Amino acid sequence: MAEDIKKLIIDYVKKEYLEEDSGIDVNENTKLISSGIVDSFSMVSLKMFLEKKFSIKIPDEKATPEAFDSVNNIINLLKEYVKL
Amino acid sequence: MSNFLSYDDLYKNFKWEQSEKELEYGKNGMFNIGYYCSDRICEIGKGNKLGMIWEGYDGEVKKYTYNDIRIYSNTIAQFLKDIGLNVGDRICLFLDKVPELYIGFVGILKMGAIAQPLFSAFGEEALFTRLDDAKTKAIITSKKHLGKVRRIKDKLPELTKIVVVDAEEGAQLQTNEIYFSMEKAKKVEKFDIFKAGREVPSVLHYTSGTTGKPKGAQHVHSSLISQYITAKWVLDLRDDDIYWCTADPGWVTGTSYGIIGPWANGVTQVVLDAGFGTEKWYAFIQKYRVTVWYSAPTAIRLLMKEGIDVVKKYDLSSLRHLASVGEPLNAEAVIWSEKAFGKPFYDTYWQTETGSIVITNLPGMKIKPGSMGKPFPGIQATVLNPKNFEPITTNGTVGLIALKPGWPSMMRTYWNNQVTYENKFKNGWYICGDRASIDNEGYFWFVGRDDDVINTAGHLVGPFEIESALLEHKAVAESAAVGKPDPINMEVVKAFIALKPGYVASDDLEMDIINFVRKKLSPLAMPQEIEFVPSLPKTRSGKIMRRLLRAKEWGEEIGDTSTLENE
Repeated sequence: MAEDIKKLIIDYVKKEYLEEDSGIDVNENTKLISSGIVDSFSMVSLKMFLEKKFSIKIPDEKATPEAFDSVNNIINLLKEYVKL
Repeated sequence: MSNFLSYDDLYKNFKWEQSEKELEYGKNGMFNIGYYCSDRICEIGKGNKLGMIWEGYDGEVKKYTYNDIRIYSNTIAQFLKDIGLNVGDRICLFLDKVPELYIGFVGILKMGAIAQPLFSAFGEEALFTRLDDAKTKAIITSKKHLGKVRRIKDKLPELTKIVVVDAEEGAQLQTNEIYFSMEKAKKVEKFDIFKAGREVPSVLHYTSGTTGKPKGAQHVHSSLISQYITAKWVLDLRDDDIYWCTADPGWVTGTSYGIIGPWANGVTQVVLDAGFGTEKWYAFIQKYRVTVWYSAPTAIRLLMKEGIDVVKKYDLSSLRHLASVGEPLNAEAVIWSEKAFGKPFYDTYWQTETGSIVITNLPGMKIKPGSMGKPFPGIQATVLNPKNFEPITTNGTVGLIALKPGWPSMMRTYWNNQVTYENKFKNGWYICGDRASIDNEGYFWFVGRDDDVINTAGHLVGPFEIESALLEHKAVAESAAVGKPDPINMEVVKAFIALKPGYVASDDLEMDIINFVRKKLSPLAMPQEIEFVPSLPKTRSGKIMRRLLRAKEWGEEIGDTSTLENE
């Protein structure tokens, strides 16, 4: 389950936030926010995607740049709201 | 002690010539900003001083002395000349906060071209609009952003040089693409700097309005006179400072006070090329012993959200002076910073068009939390009655912020749009587009925009540009974009959308539209909320009444609706 969700998020990040020919690879440890792949404004769209996909509401105080800085961090955050 | 003693004395006696004298401006016929940010600092004996310490998101560190900045900017200037670029050509910098952005800016100015920095998170539509308007000749970018350039380059016949700063040698580049490595290129020790006159165009920064396309505010080399002295006095820069401006040079703060101001003052600045992170920022200040920090209210409010306990984990005792720009700094943020850092953030007010700080809280001046401060010396500012454009003489009455033209860094025109430029003036005053009041001690108090432009995280976003992008989505029949209140960003974009027949509102469609705008324009222009509506309120002549939607979001009176179509 967690592996499926990891893949789902990685695929979404690649599709939505990276240029096809950017030469940047994304795995579960890739820095997303601090590297600038997902800027702090775009993080809002990633949060919305997760909320709609899993029918959850992530409180603003939990949606920190650190919590979204890698797919693994996002999985850890999701575990608070979804049974993985 | 700050760089000056009394506001009133300073304001009364100030002349811009003071700044020129300190800079020895025009010595040997030299007015070029590029010279004053590099060669001159070396000539006054600071060639071995660090001009920039750059740190990447992964911890990589690069250090550049002023002599390095001089030589590397020479190298870039020579390269640009060698590939056929000329004086007056518009050269776009479309890069993340990498060293080539900062030093490249200086290099472009040195060879006499016009630097056109653009925020690297811009999507292809936003990029195209600005390159097309400026008839840009060359763009300097990186692999990460090359895809966006490639998708639009065929529609830009004037764009004949695409410089890629991080392509591997021998990489598969396409027509008009050129590989250039600042550090691997043969260093140019001596470069014949273009002898720009005071009024020769230097920088083109794009900004948004309520209607029409974004406008290019065109600045000239003598803007340096304002930028140098405001950096020295407002940011209180001194020779031994470690200065951190968190702004991206894709926006005007990042060039006026992230390149020109600090480097013309010969100060060491630090640059962090990484996304926002509370602890990352505090660790950065601690590591480099930052003394002067120029940031934005959105960032300060994000820091506030994390609380004071996290501040205490770091040694931030090096901080001596804090300043803020981009949107009004709320009183709570000023008070919080005093508790967190032992000193307040000093709010500063200016805009792309003004080129430098015009209303400000100066060090040494009494701060009134929530106030914009007072006019910088040399700036005549007031608020005007919006009906007759005469100065308001009653304290506390809200009017239009207006400035008497003539300060050195004021834009000289909007690129290719002189009519819009001239419309910015009424009764001999430049109208900023913001509303404020003035209290009995001469302090300005910001009230809000005087138009529909959305100020999100300190960046102005034009509703017209967003609505145009929305209408390109296959499901959208009508749209309106307004700012809605946000506790962190002041405003965020909210879109009202009427769908075409056959489309049904859904979560998936909402996400699709949101990402569509983000990729076309920028993350800042992306609606953070969409409200699907059957139709939009219009005047009888068919114009969408955006102000009604905005008033609803802000809980304000709707006002006169006599022209409403359905009334």
